[in-house]
Amino acid sequence: MMCKNKHRGWKLVFLLMFLFTQQSFASQQVEKEPFNAGEFLIGHISDSYSWHITNIGKTDISIPLPIIIKSKERGLFVFFSTKFEHGKAIYQGFGLSKSTKYKGKVVEYLRNGEEYRPLDFSITKNVFSLLISAVLLCFTFLSLAKFYKRTPMKAPKGFQGAMEYLVIFIQDEVIKPSIGKDYLRYSPYLLTLFFFILLNNILGIIPIFPGGANLTGNLAVTMVLAICTFIAVNLFANKDYWKEILLVPSAPTWLKIPIPMMPALELVGVFTKPLALMIRLFANMLAGHMIAMVFMALIFVFGSISPLLGTGVSVFSIFFAIFMNVLELLIIFIQAYVFTLLSSIFIGLSREETSHETTKKALN
Amino acid sequence: MLTTIILQAVTAGASLAAFAKLGAALGAGIAAIGAGIGIGKIGGSAVEAIARQPESVNDIRTTMIIAAALVEGVALFAIIVAVLAIVM
Repeated sequence: MMCKNKHRGWKLVFLLMFLFTQQSFASQQVEKEPFNAGEFLIGHISDSYSWHITNIGKTDISIPLPIIIKSKERGLFVFFSTKFEHGKAIYQGFGLSKSTKYKGKVVEYLRNGEEYRPLDFSITKNVFSLLISAVLLCFTFLSLAKFYKRTPMKAPKGFQGAMEYLVIFIQDEVIKPSIGKDYLRYSPYLLTLFFFILLNNILGIIPIFPGGANLTGNLAVTMVLAICTFIAVNLFANKDYWKEILLVPSAPTWLKIPIPMMPALELVGVFTKPLALMIRLFANMLAGHMIAMVFMALIFVFGSISPLLGTGVSVFSIFFAIFMNVLELLIIFIQAYVFTLLSSIFIGLSREETSHETTKKALN
Repeated sequence: MLTTIILQAVTAGASLAAFAKLGAALGAGIAAIGAGIGIGKIGGSAVEAIARQPESVNDIRTTMIIAAALVEGVALFAIIVAVLAIVM
């Protein structure tokens, strides 16, 4: 590659895509079960009890994670998920369920053959990823804080400079304009929210350990974040805010008595705003993850028809998957920014002082 | 003509899951149309605004991206409903 062409990088990438597409010819002798695209997708996107890294030949390389369950009759059990041997074995009365209701989850097989789901506190793939990202966040920001405490007037360089830029960007462009004068009270929560969502989104798009667990594409995680915003908005709200919602002074009286329609509508609004936050983040991250997986699954689906078709499709599939992942990088930042922006706007709205409040305060 | 085809499928005894998939796919398609129209309008008016006042490019770009993210959120609600229609 000694050409002085400034596009030689792109040519190399394009050539490499053709180079690796030939490997689909190799394994056609053994009779394998047909490729199930649905299971492939669901397996990569949903949570699991062991962190599967790769397959080398026939052996499966994965990180075993502990299963911590509390059965109603027999108490606490802690063991590694390898005891289940990917759902084939039954260990001490527990097994991975194959029924449609509890598919893939740990159930206890009772004596009469029924399944019963015990209290499950296992460290699954998502929980482990959450712990990793929490450790990374703490480590990053505590060392940043130590740097600022040690040399307060020194300009940061490198990674610390980037972090300072991000923190100041969020605080000055998002938090301060939305909340107003006591923004410092909410700034820790909102900054934590932004960096937590950003880091977990980025870890979700990295294909190999420690990334690859789709944490923000999990409805439970985004629900907790939305509940935190809900508490932050409603617990510290102004009296004005609750007066606007429950008494609705600007609506005509026939909408409030005898049936309180406007207050009911406003109460629904109090709940739907965090709900929208939750679903927006969840759906964006899930969709982004699924698109990359769908393009990869397309290769195998076409490859099972004929190897030549698989090769041809794989060039375009890889190109599109790379393009969609680059778009996903943009969406990651936008979704973290929009979640933080909307949270700070809601907090600001709940603490907004109307004009007669300020005059009352000024007169006293 | 579409209703006659659907009525024939019902009398032939097609299961409800097939109709769930049909409804979900149609709903997702209509959601995509809605998102396309919405974000297209946002992009169009943003470009017009930049043409009118080129020095406010950065403000307009930020506002456009935020508005596009919110509209896309609404389209994704519809996708979630479609997925729920299939699995439930």
